[in-house]
Amino acid sequence: MQKSPPPVSNAEEFRRGFRRALPIAIAIAPFGILFGTLAADHGLSLGEAVLMSATIYAGASQLVGLELFGQQIAPWLVVLSIFAVNFRHVLYSAVAGRRTRHWSGLTRAIAFFFLVDPQFAEVERRADEGKPITLAWYAGLAAPVYVFWVAEAVLGGLFGRLIPNPHAVGLDFLLPIYFLGLVMEFRGRPRWLPIVATSALTSIVAERLVGSPWHVSIGALAGIAIAVVLTPVSAPHHRLEESVE
Amino acid sequence: MSTTLWIILGGAIATYLTRIGGDLVLSRFERIHPRVEAGLNAVPAAVLTTLVAPAAMRASVPEAAALLVAAVVALRGGMMAVFVAGTGTLILLRYLLSA
Repeated sequence: MQKSPPPVSNAEEFRRGFRRALPIAIAIAPFGILFGTLAADHGLSLGEAVLMSATIYAGASQLVGLELFGQQIAPWLVVLSIFAVNFRHVLYSAVAGRRTRHWSGLTRAIAFFFLVDPQFAEVERRADEGKPITLAWYAGLAAPVYVFWVAEAVLGGLFGRLIPNPHAVGLDFLLPIYFLGLVMEFRGRPRWLPIVATSALTSIVAERLVGSPWHVSIGALAGIAIAVVLTPVSAPHHRLEESVE
Repeated sequence: MSTTLWIILGGAIATYLTRIGGDLVLSRFERIHPRVEAGLNAVPAAVLTTLVAPAAMRASVPEAAALLVAAVVALRGGMMAVFVAGTGTLILLRYLLSA
């Protein structure tokens, strides 16, 4: 049944990735601009704001960092908070690494700098479609998202205060809608509903009891645990190679 | 160098470590137990859900309706359709309810 797909040029792969980047760029634009605006409000120079977007490249953690800059908090604690908000990327990295074993270690080390939430979701979506994760496709997706993100920090810093009423045009709620759309894209996977239900409930409870950003990691681990528990052991049993050290 | 710059660079390194850390650990294993495999397959839904659920919990009518419409449209349409329908619902209801 499996026909080998016709060879696709790198340029075509890049274009395909690029096209998938459009909804992503729209969804994250308000946050990129919001970050630039708030950075200026918090007394960061335009250069510092751009440096932050360009090197950290993770919206939620950048906003958390901004909040903490203003307070009398030890620098290492601010860094730790950024780490905590971004901890979910460890899981992305583990999964995306398995999808890209055909890349060299160095290529992965460079490419995964760009492994933000939507980038990871697109990698997984493409894997579900049975298509290979080519470097050209990955780059076509990552390049516009990254460039827009950095440019939005500049836009926000310069013009952020000109947005009349972000609430009325729904800018504050674009991201939850977008993330929900992404969650729905994986509904064909095994045990999707119990995973989503468990993660949702656990993250809501954890946000109340433990607080943000820990609810993300706690909720995610609960959903993953349910998937592990519900998977029948009768599946062909491979021995876990303990090759660490 | 200012404290701000140090924090930014520290945050950048910490973030980068999370983005390569999982791969660095997992690439040491040749074979993966089926249960671990199942756990890895659960990652996108499990993580992305936690980015929506608390916001959905706090939602009032326009936000809740927007998420509902987005979820229904996602059963048929692509990402752009989900986005337009969800955001459209949100903007319309916020306008109507504030009027």
